[in-house]
Amino acid sequence: MKNKFRFSWGGVVIVVYFFLLMLPIYWLLTMSFKTNDEILGKLSLWPHNPTLANYREIFTNKAWYSGYINSIIYTVLNTIIAVTIALPAAYAFSRYMFMGDNHLFFWLLTNRMAPAAVFLLPFFQLYQSVGLFDTHLGVALAHLLFNVPLAVWILEGFISGVPKELDETAAIDGYSFSRFFFWIFLPLIRGGIGVTAFFCFMFSWVELLMARTLTTVNAKPISATMTRTVSASGIDWGLLAAAGVLTIVPGVLVIYFVRNYIAKGFALGRV
Amino acid sequence: MQKIQDHRAWLLVLPVVISVAFSAIIPLITVVNYSVQDILGPGQRVWVANEWFINTMRDKDLHSAFLRNLLFSLEVLLLEIPLGIAVALALPASGWKASLCLVLIALPLLIPWNVVGTIWQIFGRADIGLGGYFINNILGISYNYTLEARDAWITVVIMDVWHWTPLVALLCYAGLRAIPDAFYQAARIDGAKAWSIFWYIQLPKLRGVLLIAVLLRFMDSFMIYTEPFVLTGGGPGTATTFLSIYLTNIAIGQFDLGNGAAFSLIYFLFIQIFCFLFYTVILRAGRN
Repeated sequence: MKNKFRFSWGGVVIVVYFFLLMLPIYWLLTMSFKTNDEILGKLSLWPHNPTLANYREIFTNKAWYSGYINSIIYTVLNTIIAVTIALPAAYAFSRYMFMGDNHLFFWLLTNRMAPAAVFLLPFFQLYQSVGLFDTHLGVALAHLLFNVPLAVWILEGFISGVPKELDETAAIDGYSFSRFFFWIFLPLIRGGIGVTAFFCFMFSWVELLMARTLTTVNAKPISATMTRTVSASGIDWGLLAAAGVLTIVPGVLVIYFVRNYIAKGFALGRV
Repeated sequence: MQKIQDHRAWLLVLPVVISVAFSAIIPLITVVNYSVQDILGPGQRVWVANEWFINTMRDKDLHSAFLRNLLFSLEVLLLEIPLGIAVALALPASGWKASLCLVLIALPLLIPWNVVGTIWQIFGRADIGLGGYFINNILGISYNYTLEARDAWITVVIMDVWHWTPLVALLCYAGLRAIPDAFYQAARIDGAKAWSIFWYIQLPKLRGVLLIAVLLRFMDSFMIYTEPFVLTGGGPGTATTFLSIYLTNIAIGQFDLGNGAAFSLIYFLFIQIFCFLFYTVILRAGRN
């Protein structure tokens, strides 16, 4: 099918790329198993005296593990809300012309571009005045600002890939709109929904500035907790690395679940 | 695709508009409020009209931060987009290898941004970092990102490429999988070479996802803050002081809300204009 030359080039690109991609992550992983003495001492390629002390500290100290729980709660909440409200909107943008549709679409996108720094203070004041300060829902709602536009944008692309004749055929066959939408349309674009959910989860999970500004104790995210490792005696590298490794785990689980949806893409939806 | 005109579609869009407007418009009004007044204390404010804007526009440091950020955005786009396409093309299309690759490639995207900065901060250090140690002691090139402006710049660019190429690759990969097999079959019957398949089938079909990729990468690289802040703190000197870092220095470091607000409005406007032009050009090019 493919000639050998092209195939081998692809292999080389992949091997070299993945090697370079994994190298810094490998370094983080080895550091998490090292003691601070070993990290700051002579450079070693793997931990000579592997220790789980860094992980033990995180799993037994409530200040640490509650950060993970908080981050997971607001991220999942954000992903569910974002995908749920973006689906009908993306459908509308894909299928209908309506007053100001292009302007609205672009306005949505511009909200991803708000420079966080100066908006932080107004954000703080706003969320405090409506009583959402330091709640999981508050952070989830704030993250909608950049996730909803993205979700609408990605879903719109996937929905436009489904021929409109399908909608019309379903209508002729006597399907009601809601039945068509939930039983025929959503399964067709489930690849797109998976990809969208992944991106929403990702952007909400890694965001630090906003989540940190809107929380103090009850909903404090893990990435803010990590600044605890910086103390007067310098940075606790091993603990920081272990916390960093643990921040990758939930994401790996999510991508593992959506991998087939990304892989199949929406070739499924081509009727 | 032919669209039907129906203003009732607004009802489908309404939840999105309300949720985004809540977090977008109210803070924006507050920022506009700050940008035209001098706030001396609670209940004490003076109308200063466009003074902050004039101040900001004459700020030399701001101009250089702006150019620096523009150069940075262009560099990372030029590196990340072709690399992302190449990786997406080379990724296996199915099977367990494809699953493994997708899981691995997404890793950098799922690391919180301050951790990304930390990873490279450690990795690039000559004493405790693998990368810095390798360059200094094995390649024999003097490299120190905390002292040399050039090294700091290269490190930030490489960090961004490492961090964000997977996003471009994943988007392209999803786009490639969406091309129906019939296109490839037709190309095979015509005896098309790999290059012409890429140029006449794959690239045009990727136009949509590439538009997303370029816009996302431009916007985010133009607002980059956390990673270089952790890695270099904007230094050495001002070598990696990007716009957001400069803005935070003004607004939060010096608590100069007026200048900060005026600056952020100009900043916001610039990105909007750029993206609007880009978006329009791409849409036009698509129609022809």
